[in-house]
Amino acid sequence: MCASGKYSSRGPALIPRMKTKHRIYYITLFSVVLLGLIATGMFQFWPHSIESTADWSLDRRSVHDAPLVQLPVSNPIPERGDLSCRMHTCFDVYRCGYNPKNRIKVYIYPLQRFVDEGGVPISSTGLSREYNDLLSAISDSEFYTDDVTRACLFVPSIDVLNQNSLRIRETAQALAMLPRWDKGMNHLLFNMLPGGPPDYNTALDVPRDRALLAGGGFSTWTYRQGYDVSIPVYSPLSADVELPERQPGPRRYFILSSQTAIHREYRAELERLKEENGEALLLLDKCSNLSQGVASARKRCYKGQVFDYPLILQESSFCVVLRGARLGQATLSDVLQAGCVPVILADSYILPFSEVLDWKRASVVIPEEKLPEMYTILKSIPHRQVEEMQRQARWFWDAYFSSMKAIGMTTLQIINDRIYPYAARTYEQWNNPPVVKWSSVNSPLFLPLIPPRSPGFTAVVLTYDRIESLFRVITEISKVPSLAKLLVVWNNQNKSPPEGEKKFKCPECTAIDGLSLDQTHMVERSECINKFASVFGTMPLKVVEHRADPVLYKDDFPEKLKSFPNIGSL
Amino acid sequence: MQAKKRYLILLSAGTCLVLLFYFGGVQLPSSGRNRHDRSHNGYRPDQPWPHFSDPLQQFLLWDQPDTEEYNIHISPRQKRDVNTSVYKGKRCRMDSCFDFSACKRNDFKVYVYPQQKGEKISESYQNILSIVEGSRFYTTDPGQACLFILSLDTLDRDSLSPQYVHNLKTKVQNLHLWNNGRNHLIFNLYSGTWPDYTEDLGFDIGQAMLAKASISTEIFRPNFDVSIPLFSKEHPRTGGDRGYLKYNSIPPFRKYMLVFKGKRYLTGIGSDTRNALYHVHNQEDVVLLTTCKHGKDWQKHKDARCEKDNAEYDKYDYREMLHNSTFCLVPRGRRLGSFRFLEALQAACVPVMLSNGWELPFSEIINWNTAAVIGDERLLLQIPSTVRSIHQDKILALRQQTQFLWEAYFSSVEKIVLTTLEIIQDRVLQQESRSTLMWNSHPGGLFALPQYSAHLGDFPFYYATLGEYSSQSTNRSHVFMCHPCSHPPGLPIPAHPQAAGVCCQITIIVLWNCDKPLPAKHRWPATSVPVIVIEGENKVMSSRFLPYETIVTDAVLSLDEDTVLSTTEVDFAFTVWQSFPERLVGYPARSHFWDSNKERWGYTSKWTNDYSMVLTGAAIYHRYYHFLYTNFLPASLKGMVDQLANCEDILMNFLVSAVTKLPPIKVTQKKQYKETMMGQSSRASRWADPDHFAQRQTCMNKFANWFGGMPLVHSQMRLDPVLFKDQVSILRKKYRDIERL
Repeated sequence: MCASGKYSSRGPALIPRMKTKHRIYYITLFSVVLLGLIATGMFQFWPHSIESTADWSLDRRSVHDAPLVQLPVSNPIPERGDLSCRMHTCFDVYRCGYNPKNRIKVYIYPLQRFVDEGGVPISSTGLSREYNDLLSAISDSEFYTDDVTRACLFVPSIDVLNQNSLRIRETAQALAMLPRWDKGMNHLLFNMLPGGPPDYNTALDVPRDRALLAGGGFSTWTYRQGYDVSIPVYSPLSADVELPERQPGPRRYFILSSQTAIHREYRAELERLKEENGEALLLLDKCSNLSQGVASARKRCYKGQVFDYPLILQESSFCVVLRGARLGQATLSDVLQAGCVPVILADSYILPFSEVLDWKRASVVIPEEKLPEMYTILKSIPHRQVEEMQRQARWFWDAYFSSMKAIGMTTLQIINDRIYPYAARTYEQWNNPPVVKWSSVNSPLFLPLIPPRSPGFTAVVLTYDRIESLFRVITEISKVPSLAKLLVVWNNQNKSPPEGEKKFKCPECTAIDGLSLDQTHMVERSECINKFASVFGTMPLKVVEHRADPVLYKDDFPEKLKSFPNIGSL
Repeated sequence: MQAKKRYLILLSAGTCLVLLFYFGGVQLPSSGRNRHDRSHNGYRPDQPWPHFSDPLQQFLLWDQPDTEEYNIHISPRQKRDVNTSVYKGKRCRMDSCFDFSACKRNDFKVYVYPQQKGEKISESYQNILSIVEGSRFYTTDPGQACLFILSLDTLDRDSLSPQYVHNLKTKVQNLHLWNNGRNHLIFNLYSGTWPDYTEDLGFDIGQAMLAKASISTEIFRPNFDVSIPLFSKEHPRTGGDRGYLKYNSIPPFRKYMLVFKGKRYLTGIGSDTRNALYHVHNQEDVVLLTTCKHGKDWQKHKDARCEKDNAEYDKYDYREMLHNSTFCLVPRGRRLGSFRFLEALQAACVPVMLSNGWELPFSEIINWNTAAVIGDERLLLQIPSTVRSIHQDKILALRQQTQFLWEAYFSSVEKIVLTTLEIIQDRVLQQESRSTLMWNSHPGGLFALPQYSAHLGDFPFYYATLGEYSSQSTNRSHVFMCHPCSHPPGLPIPAHPQAAGVCCQITIIVLWNCDKPLPAKHRWPATSVPVIVIEGENKVMSSRFLPYETIVTDAVLSLDEDTVLSTTEVDFAFTVWQSFPERLVGYPARSHFWDSNKERWGYTSKWTNDYSMVLTGAAIYHRYYHFLYTNFLPASLKGMVDQLANCEDILMNFLVSAVTKLPPIKVTQKKQYKETMMGQSSRASRWADPDHFAQRQTCMNKFANWFGGMPLVHSQMRLDPVLFKDQVSILRKKYRDIERL
């Protein structure tokens, strides 16, 4: 008993003791875990429950949860844009600083919902799909920073893409309320549809101090060259319609007009052109019999005949882009997408991204006054140029028009190029379509220079171990008057070379060319060529049939009067 | 055992904690700032702009364009009229202040007011006027004119300057063609004066365009004014020195990285930047020197640094620095532009601009980022690190571009004036204007005439930049020139082009340039290719180089009626031309030399070791040169050629070498041909005339005078077929006939 008790007391007693120890450990462990969880919870939710009135959480991703900000009526309004603003006067370059990547940092303000004192929002649409896409693209890009103190450029989350849906005064007040507004310095606004009835200003009417404006529809009078950025009017069809790229070439129609809101004077002019030139022109308009709505935007009609828009654009060489109430037209984007050459009739219009894009290579700009001469003007353009422009038009759309992301990135890149001009993208990078980029040759020594004799040349001799032959080469070369330096590259790694393969001077070989050379050597060299060609992706070598000789080479003329008498005599 | 368990439990606890950090997001104090920012913005750093789940509206309603009442309101014509009446003066644009109707289609003519007695005109302005009068744009009829240029000297509008013309206001108002400055172009180099240097010209320019140096972006009216470079009185009228770059060195670094030597203004407008330069000066590779020693009483105003600066300034030679520096600083002076700019450009020293608000010269057409570093005065201290960060490749490209731009647009007053006029012409003609590529790549806008074609591939210059275009250049036309008239042309050439292995489109055009009637049809040889006979209208030499519409191919083979060439020779020359489409490819060659005794250029037809011309009696070249010859050269030179009935080939060689800066290419030919060309075969040949040779000397000098220098370049190279005269079987040679006598 005793023993057993002892035994049992020793045995089981040990286990409970161990268990207690375990328990303590487990309790400690669990309490640590629990504490940790509580702490996490506290960190995660506690501050939010306090600040939730002012801030909003990322877990609830709806624009309706964005914090509401009420604008007092008496809030200050920014000044109207200053027309004399330029980068060196209205832009604080110190914010961008010197950075090795030469890339500006862009900050996006968090979304807020601005309302006036009566609770009415400042915009009828709020955040639009397109502006949301644009901001997402910026925030996903390398330009983005979430650190407001490091930002060079600030993008408000207030959507001003379409002035129609804005309350001008309140929007301006909201801008002025932004924490870093500072007279609009380094702020960038995106607007595609400026102005409103009756006069349709060509720039956004919202007073905006010194803010930069990326605007779609600038005229030469409102565009501040080197400060504002002219952007396209995004066409919602870009995302919905997929038009396959068509090979450049002749199309069924010569000129196509597809816009529906053409002023009646211009429509009359177009009708007259149609009468004169018949089938070559296709004049489309709204379909009167179709019900209004989204579907009608995808149809166009001519005398009861229904066409699919924008597919029909691919059937024409040239497509008319006439100004409407505004200078910038979304049609331009559709036309480019279809690879149709835009014929732009909008006097004083600043073409999209004109700071970097060479529109001369992708479009025809005709003064509105010359609309009656349009047909003759277009007829005079060579076919090959039309094909070039078709290709170029489609490339512009792919690279710069196809999405809000493309538009946003191009805009930021243009501003970036201004701030770091020495690292700016080149004309070729902006304008050459990929096919040209692959096939073009840009020689690093592009200037036609005929170097003078004075600096001469450097001779580089690769040598292995044929000393005798090397000395002969050196002696011969050193007599050349233009030789400046002779460089011998010793390439011998103590390996005895194969005997009998002669590289220099083999008079008996000339008559039978290289045929006498070692067969394996030739095979190896062929393999090299194939390998190199596959790495280059193409065969860069070109065949010519000429050879450079001295002017009097082998002419019947006294040898001593020739500059290079010994050539060819081996 | 105990310890083991303890460790185990400790380990598991640790693991739990790590897991907690990982999943629970427990924050370490070090990341607190980050967290704070995040909670403030409501973003996670990796997903800064939230992806909203709610359906958002489109910014543009489908029917918005249709519903807007644009159609009801004012007509577009009215709208245009409103614009033209509103935007005047400082807001002038071509649309509002320029009368396009005065410029007839395809005709851009410039009228220069006759000079009035008693009006003094500075030499520089005199040069400008004479250049316009000598150009192809000039007209004496104001009714034909599209653009008007005053004969009143407006170059120097600094009222303290001795060149300043007084009472300009009334003088201008009294001009009966003034029309409030409409379609007028006013040249100006200096405006405003001490102390504020405003850019005021001291008279009302109305709706006139300004071609002004040192113009600021503030007053510059885009696509209306033209910014021109500041040039000195000594700037050459025509021709001008070439750039200093003779060869490319790799790596491209020179002795100095960045240099500047110039005046310093201690106070007042534009003084800040130059006053601060000493901060960047390091006496080694960044040498920025200023002097206070200028003006009468500099001693009075000098500051503490002056003595030291002046001493340092005198230690260096400006020329030496200019030629041995990679970059040259071009800081603003009192005015925005300075002479340093053109000096640096010519010296192939890449200009580093420090002149905020300066609208750079010809900014409308020149992409300055490819030839200069555009700095910001506010970031002066960053300039050294900026230029050091520029890659070698880029420096090499920048440097070469300075030379291209210098020679294309700046080396003479003539180029500056013509570039100004061409820019305005491009705006006026609109459809026929140059693209940015044409302005910014070799040979430049003055030699690339947009009236020739809207298609870049039609020019011989852009094949490389635009990739493969040469598909059509496998075609060629033959232009024969029948002069003087002896017998029906032999048409020795390609009776069977296909047999010769060249598959191409061939048209033979015979230019019948003599007074005799055309030979009867049956006397013409039978050919497998179309023969077109054109009767020269004026029977003059220059009609050889008219841009005939019947020439549809890029390559033109120009021949005289007595030329004897074999099919093989022509085929070979054509394959050579395909490799060098921008150059003249010919057979007999000639050379020029400087005759130091007579101090004039000499012409020689001797067999020498080099040549600089090929005769166009047998040459292949690009058809663009027909257009250029006819439309670019002045009537005076073409008239001389027609009158002498000689030298047309010399002129063509001058032109092509001026464009390409390269020599022509001589290809090999059979022996007997030389004798033919020398004129023994046909009695009436013009080559037999003893005056002929003397005339050619005269021509050379006359042409060199107009070009402002000698554009011809010597070459020692002849192109032969690869196996030419090699000791291999004749049967293996493709062009074996060339070797046969």
